[in-house]
Amino acid sequence: MRLYRLLLHLYPASFREEYGEEMCRILRSRRQAAGARGLLALWIACWEILPNALAVHGSLLRQDLRYMIRSLRQAPGFALTAIPVIALGIGATTAAFSLADFVLLRPLPFPQPERLVKVSESLPGYPYLEPSPGNYRDWKRQNRSFAAMGALRPVSLNLVGPSGPERLEGAAVTADLFPLLGVRPALGRFFTAGDDREGAAGTVLLSDGLWRRDFGGDRAVLGRRVLLDGAPYVVVGVMPPDFSFPRRQAALWVPIRFGEEDFADRTNYCLQVVARLGRGVSLRQARTEMGVIAARLERQYPKDNRQTGAALQPLRDGTSEQGRLLLLALCGAASCVLLITCANLANLLLARALARRAELQVRAALGAGRERLVRQLVTESLALALAGGALGVLVATAALPLLARLVPVNLPVAGVPAVDLPVLLFAGLLTTLTGIGFGTLPALRACRDAEMGGPRQGVRAGGGRRERLRSALVITEVAVAVVLLVSAGLLLRALTRIQATDPGFRPSGVLTLRTALPTPKYENTGRRADYYTRVLGQVRALPGVTSAGFTSFLPMVMRGGIWPVSLGGEPEDRGADHSASLRYVTPGFLAALGVPLRQGRDVSEADTFDRPLVAVVSASFVHRFWPQGHPLGQRFTFAFHERTVVGVVGDVRVRGLERPSEPQVYLPYRQVEDGALTFFMPKDLVIRAGVEPASLLPAVRRIVRAVDPEQPISDVRTLSEVVADETASRAVQARVLGAFAAIAFLLAGIGIYGLLSFAVSQRAHEIGVRMALGARAGEILGMILRHGALLAAAGVVPGAVLAYAAGRAMASLLAGLDPGDAPTFLAAVALCLLMTLFGSLWPALRAVRVDPIRVIRKE
Amino acid sequence: MADRQADIASFLPLAPATFHILLSLAAEDRHGYAIIQDVEARTGGEVSLSAATLYRSIHRMLEEGLLVESRERPPAELDDERRRYYRITPLGTAVARAEARRLSQLVAMARARGLAPGEA
Repeated sequence: MRLYRLLLHLYPASFREEYGEEMCRILRSRRQAAGARGLLALWIACWEILPNALAVHGSLLRQDLRYMIRSLRQAPGFALTAIPVIALGIGATTAAFSLADFVLLRPLPFPQPERLVKVSESLPGYPYLEPSPGNYRDWKRQNRSFAAMGALRPVSLNLVGPSGPERLEGAAVTADLFPLLGVRPALGRFFTAGDDREGAAGTVLLSDGLWRRDFGGDRAVLGRRVLLDGAPYVVVGVMPPDFSFPRRQAALWVPIRFGEEDFADRTNYCLQVVARLGRGVSLRQARTEMGVIAARLERQYPKDNRQTGAALQPLRDGTSEQGRLLLLALCGAASCVLLITCANLANLLLARALARRAELQVRAALGAGRERLVRQLVTESLALALAGGALGVLVATAALPLLARLVPVNLPVAGVPAVDLPVLLFAGLLTTLTGIGFGTLPALRACRDAEMGGPRQGVRAGGGRRERLRSALVITEVAVAVVLLVSAGLLLRALTRIQATDPGFRPSGVLTLRTALPTPKYENTGRRADYYTRVLGQVRALPGVTSAGFTSFLPMVMRGGIWPVSLGGEPEDRGADHSASLRYVTPGFLAALGVPLRQGRDVSEADTFDRPLVAVVSASFVHRFWPQGHPLGQRFTFAFHERTVVGVVGDVRVRGLERPSEPQVYLPYRQVEDGALTFFMPKDLVIRAGVEPASLLPAVRRIVRAVDPEQPISDVRTLSEVVADETASRAVQARVLGAFAAIAFLLAGIGIYGLLSFAVSQRAHEIGVRMALGARAGEILGMILRHGALLAAAGVVPGAVLAYAAGRAMASLLAGLDPGDAPTFLAAVALCLLMTLFGSLWPALRAVRVDPIRVIRKE
Repeated sequence: MADRQADIASFLPLAPATFHILLSLAAEDRHGYAIIQDVEARTGGEVSLSAATLYRSIHRMLEEGLLVESRERPPAELDDERRRYYRITPLGTAVARAEARRLSQLVAMARARGLAPGEA
């Protein structure tokens, strides 16, 4: 019998109160009547409760929904306001969450991804440096912390495929890398140790995308020969569709081959090393052990490994710190929008409940219990929230492609963020919580009023707890809006400040493209020189072209490529303050890029390997090594040889607009031995023209094809695009945050407007009396505007404090801008005042139009 | 009038429990347990409403206006004041009548095909 009573709680409370006792009584009578089979009767009765209780709930729900539709039809303005408000809040939060989930939370698509770590070298000033093959081999041999360790080097290879020569991104990997990640080939096999050996036949693994696009998804591709950089390779396998490592564009993989000479030079930072932690080994233990090994190697190779440590980080954290911070800021902003949404929703519901006071009182008088009324109101807010949430998911789906630009390219995850099941669950949960959380409180208050007969219609003062609650909600909205406005403002200011940074060259009117020359075909310096001379000669003859040249790497595209500098025979110091970025260039490159020549001359065609070795250096190089000046004719050792300074040029922001760069050294392209430093072989062509840069492309393509028909062209961009890409994710970020701030601003404005119009209608009587007593319109107007200004001020002050805190938290995104930047704060405050004025104006005008006679007569 | 007809038609066909409750209340006002006992007695024990089914139906029928709670109580010596008594409304009567008509038409059709006892 106790069980039966317990089960009655499955019914809605109103039903239980109404019929519970009778049901128990009937059951008792029946048990007595049933005699010996009484227990059976009890069991059957218990079983019957569940379906019946569900049916009662269902019928109440239907009834509530019918009622809601009827009442919303009478006042559609409410739903038309509430649903978009909810949609904006849920949409913004859902989109930000899907992105954060995709980039930060979702585990990498490998088994036990948390055991995977990235191992780097570290030097003073360079916390994560690509390891050299020599150190990699010693780490691998000496460590006990890792179950396996593998290495790779990003490569790009020319594939002469069905659609002509093309340039493909990929990686050269050690045979143990893929097994260590825990993936399996979709077709064929992985590399074996035999593939790594020098002299073995070339083998290649294709990505699923490349296999489908260039080989028609043909399973007979295994064993097929392809030409990569002119050399024959045999296809041994195809990777699964979702595999993209180490970068998202990776299209093929070849075995990495080390010769003994690769291991000799420990300053050749070219590898990426990935390892899987051994069973029961923590990241900290592995760090300690690797520290010991690095110290031992430093003693063993005091020259190359000076100050060199080993740095470990989870593979997941490989994405940049700044990228994470950007995303966290985005999530914070989205939460702010959601908070404002909820405050607005609660306010809307409170106002609506008050407006429906009479109706609720009638229903209460007709015998509807409090639970029944609350249930009705919560059903309504939940239904609104669900409608808004559904719309919000659509908003998020539409917004995601824009946000996808914030996904870092070095994230080894295929695809783009999408609204999928976890995201939908998140949105659903958020919606339900919003609906219940912010619907219940207003409902409870409204019902208490209704039960107690409510504040009589004649009560007119604006005070009272409800008024205070509503004011607090509006003040919160204003405060949060200020935080968002200031944050967006700070990011925008940072963006313009970065965009205003002088890159050190003139980006406009310049076409850039890459013709990556394959080795061994172009290992010979003379053969390369012939290629450059022929291409440049014809390009310079094109109408409109003012200058053209090749370089190893474009600034901001390749940020590394540094080399230690030593003066007067002192030992090499590889710390940040003794490094310079190395670029081999052809004559004309510096002019084409628009780097100003300050002293001396550019490199020239006469600077051949049998002539004195020369270098053009940047101003900061001079400043660092010869602060007293007179750099021309000075000598320094760099890239294996002693070189003489013949020219000084302006500094270029090689590492991008936001980071300091090493000084630059430009070496003439002919002054290098055959086969040496092929990584630095000039490949990026820069063309400055007086005509639209893109219009030159067809002619340039013809020229390259005529010089070498097998040579692909890739990475075609204008120099302006290269610079714009620098700030692209920031620009998206600032735009998104700006949009969030605009939404928040709008919602807070609606909040102020709603509160004041309600207050005006509540105080109509008081206003009428005041006017009857001779108050002038101006005074009434002032009174309402003051009310609005008070709300705004109460929100702006804590908002500004919070905004300052938020600004400090994202200081590293601000490019040196002070988080308390006065213009930004002033602008935000001014906007808030403006918003208050607009929000209050309409209610204030309505107050002025109150007709004293009519209002007083109504009493 | 047409509206009222449509209203009544919208209730049909009635759930068996609903029809039995209406039949039971057509005779006199009753409380819940009395309805159960009456239904059992009339059907020779074949239909036995559980308390859960009974009150779910009553709850709905009250909302739909087929029943009302009766204010008249039996004589004090027979009354248990905790009990609620229910009375059929004119709408309830009309709906029960319409259901009975629907059922008898069905039976007549079945009879015409020789599927039910009585005159063919």
